[in-house]
Amino acid sequence: MTEKLKVATTSLAGCFGCHMSLLDIDTRIMDLVQLVEFDRSPLTDIKTVGKCDIGIIEGGAANTENIEVLQMFRDNCKILVSLGACALNGGVPAMRNQFDLNACLDESFVNGAGVVNPGVPDDPELPSLLDKVQPLHEVVKIDYYIPGCPPSAEVIYDFLTRILEGKPVDIPYAQIRYD
Amino acid sequence: MSFILDGKNIPFKEGDTIMDAALNADTYIPHLCHDPEFVPHGSCRVCLVSCNGRYVSACTQPAVDGSEVESNTEAVNSIRRELVAMLFAEGVHICPACEKSGSCKLQAVAYYVGLLTPRYEHFNPPGRLDASHPDMIIDFNRCILCELCVRASRDMDGKRVFSISGRGSEASLVINSESGKLGDSLFDVSDRAADICPVGALLPKHKGYEVPIGQRRYDITAIDGAAAREPVKKSGKSDD
Amino acid sequence: MHSATNMPRFDTEHVIPFVDSLVLSANKRADRLLQLLVEIQTQYSFVPDQAILRLAEQLAIPSSEIRGIIEFYSFLHLVEQGDFQIHFSDSVIDRMSGSKVLIQQLCDRLGVSPGEPRADGRVTVSTVSCIGMADQAPAALVNGYPLTKLDSKRIKAMAQLIESSTPVDEWPADFFLVSNNIRRRDLLLAAPFQEGSALSHLFKTGTDGILDKLSRSGLRGRGGAGFKTAAKWQMCRDIDADERYVICNADEGEPGSFKDRFLLETCADDVIEGITLCGLITGANKGIIYLRVEYRYLKQHLEERLARRRDKALLGEGILDQDGADFDIEIRLGAGAYICGEESALIESLEGKRGIPRNRPPYPVTSGYMGKPSVVNNVATFFVAAWVATKGGNWFASKGTAESIGTKLFSISGDCRYPGIYEFPFGLTISKVLDECGASETQAVQVTGPAGNLVLSDSLERKLCYEDLPAGGSFMIFNKSRDLLGIVKTFSDFFAHESCGFCTPCRVGTSLISDLVTRVHSGHATQQELDQIQIIAEVMNTSSRCGLGRTASRPIMQALQQAPELFTHRGETG
Repeated sequence: MTEKLKVATTSLAGCFGCHMSLLDIDTRIMDLVQLVEFDRSPLTDIKTVGKCDIGIIEGGAANTENIEVLQMFRDNCKILVSLGACALNGGVPAMRNQFDLNACLDESFVNGAGVVNPGVPDDPELPSLLDKVQPLHEVVKIDYYIPGCPPSAEVIYDFLTRILEGKPVDIPYAQIRYD
Repeated sequence: MSFILDGKNIPFKEGDTIMDAALNADTYIPHLCHDPEFVPHGSCRVCLVSCNGRYVSACTQPAVDGSEVESNTEAVNSIRRELVAMLFAEGVHICPACEKSGSCKLQAVAYYVGLLTPRYEHFNPPGRLDASHPDMIIDFNRCILCELCVRASRDMDGKRVFSISGRGSEASLVINSESGKLGDSLFDVSDRAADICPVGALLPKHKGYEVPIGQRRYDITAIDGAAAREPVKKSGKSDD
Repeated sequence: MHSATNMPRFDTEHVIPFVDSLVLSANKRADRLLQLLVEIQTQYSFVPDQAILRLAEQLAIPSSEIRGIIEFYSFLHLVEQGDFQIHFSDSVIDRMSGSKVLIQQLCDRLGVSPGEPRADGRVTVSTVSCIGMADQAPAALVNGYPLTKLDSKRIKAMAQLIESSTPVDEWPADFFLVSNNIRRRDLLLAAPFQEGSALSHLFKTGTDGILDKLSRSGLRGRGGAGFKTAAKWQMCRDIDADERYVICNADEGEPGSFKDRFLLETCADDVIEGITLCGLITGANKGIIYLRVEYRYLKQHLEERLARRRDKALLGEGILDQDGADFDIEIRLGAGAYICGEESALIESLEGKRGIPRNRPPYPVTSGYMGKPSVVNNVATFFVAAWVATKGGNWFASKGTAESIGTKLFSISGDCRYPGIYEFPFGLTISKVLDECGASETQAVQVTGPAGNLVLSDSLERKLCYEDLPAGGSFMIFNKSRDLLGIVKTFSDFFAHESCGFCTPCRVGTSLISDLVTRVHSGHATQQELDQIQIIAEVMNTSSRCGLGRTASRPIMQALQQAPELFTHRGETG
């Protein structure tokens, strides 16, 4: 391979668990960095996305900033990968979808147990919450899906090696997990 | 009398459905609403097979001598995959937060047919929970309308605690009691209906995560019984 | 049927005795539940909780199941409706005739929101699926009575009548005029039917003689599936059973179809004689007409016909004084559910349950109503059968094509000068039909309702017959000014609304398709959505439990195949 593939990663409405799982590939990350160069990612602390070959996103879209980042990834990445339960179907953050958003805010910041200084945060710096937490594929086109909460290091590693080697991606039966 | 299921000879007796015969021959056809103890229902459609080139539900279709049945083929599984995806998109199925995960048939069948994610827009129904009963809890948004609890309560427990109300996408499970709450019904934790739910809609209270995630029924053995699941190392989680 | 002012405002004390009297008249039979609910709904404008609990107690049915039935049918309600209940017909033809504007006008005049009773309980304005008046659209029902050819002037008058609490039977009679609109007569409509003629022939030639005639006539079920009528009747006759039933499917829910309404109104005797004939041939003693609640206004007329025929020994015990020729007919009402046009769902509904189609086999002809062999045929099938028994199979077979013998009644509506009933021989081209009904600038025709076929203007030489375009009766015409995708959207919404919800692909698939088509229609869809529609359609076609799910994706799929340019123009790129 003459040129390294550029990879960007980010966590939207997620818990960084998928990124932790990515790091769980342990020493194999050394093999990986031979083949890829990380662009925007929590691993590099680069804040903007350049033109990339692969974008990997954990977490669903819960607020306007998530949407902006997601669209930026889509615009700049040739391949966009939905990584983990939250990216795939909203996951735990999407449990709030069963309730009215204002009722959730009320419960969290106004009338809930143990609330001090009640009041819904309204700093203009804060991104607005979306009415519903959305899986990524409801917002942009997604090319690959990797389920799991988090997906195991094995699945992530196998996936990345296959993509890098230009092989068809196939997550084996035994490795498909949603939890 | 016999038929061929995916190249395998399956004997059957008069009155057997394709599903009956397959189950008797220890051959797995995916299903969610079927249970041999109860009258066949035919609502989930996951047991769809191609019988002599015609798509039928195995649980309701009488077996025909000499017929060719295809089940575990990509053509059939690709339809099943969408059916399961539809159920996921329609309800609220957040596996990481569900006590049934790992022993849930919806999840296990989804694994079997290789569903990575439902790519449909989620319906996001409003939350509906009934925790009125001392021993059991119902999360209606996990119900897949298989009516196994309806049938168990009616046909085995003789109670008719559950029924289905409404039409189309408004169809939902309802409880027979004056308040409509499970706690006010005749339902008891020892009922057959109490442990029939294939998903996490009807769950027992007072116990949680007795078996850790990753070590549960379908984590160990796949739903078709044959293929062993590869135990996945979950080093990202400290609790298992 | 009650007019507005003599409908008692709901009072608790009245409910229990009323329910008790109904239960008593139904001999406490649980299978009569739906009929009782319709009566209660008519009396109070809803089914009060006290009534539900009383019924549950008296009939030993869980109250949750009774509520489940009420929530299944569009015309039954758990909350009190207005004294005046206005149900606007919401078919594509009504919409093309301006119904949406009229609904808004009436709501504005009355100060009411659609679907919600006005605060003073005076009126509810809502929409229902096609009420079978597409030849005189836009139409609506007021407390069950059809109002036809609505316009702004009439809406204004209606609002005044409602505000002044004028009872419905004092409204101007011309508001309720339902025209027959017979536009073309052929074999069947040429002359009036001689009452009793089919039955006399039966006693002359015997059951085999009539079955032979039916067989020669090539008559196929007029409901849509096209099963040979003679074969069905014979199967039912030849099965060993102690009881049998004949069921007349008068649940004409196919949008744009109104031939059954016409037959029940104008040719009731022919139809009833056909049902009686079937009863005597199969050995059934009982016939049931399952009349859709939208046609409730015809019930009294039909009851009178039945009574007259009993007086003339054409119905009841000893028909035409023949020993053992006993057969009677009862009318039962539906409660607003398109799926009940499917024969096994209809039977479930007759047994007082939610109209969920049954698993098949067994078919109704071996195990139908109450588990007994039952013939279920469409109104038009019985109508033709009576004529064939009288005139002979060859007479009927003198028209039509090889596979599609005889003539057929068509309900023609939409963009044409003369909407109405047309009797055509099978095999006519669409363009011939369009000429006859005065259609011009035709963009498309929908044959046999939303579940049928879309025919665009480049295919007008296609023929109406089983060999080419199976024709159920509904024939809707759209001219070049119409928004074809909007029509597809109306059809998709219709299926989502009418899916019974039992099986996964239909319950979820119709909703998904309806949403996706809405997105396509508004211009927000990408290729991904179009691909998804095709996948869902394939899943619904192959895995749905009954015909509704298996045909529900046809409007969008046929539009995609036949008019791809509609989609490329609307879709966003990328």
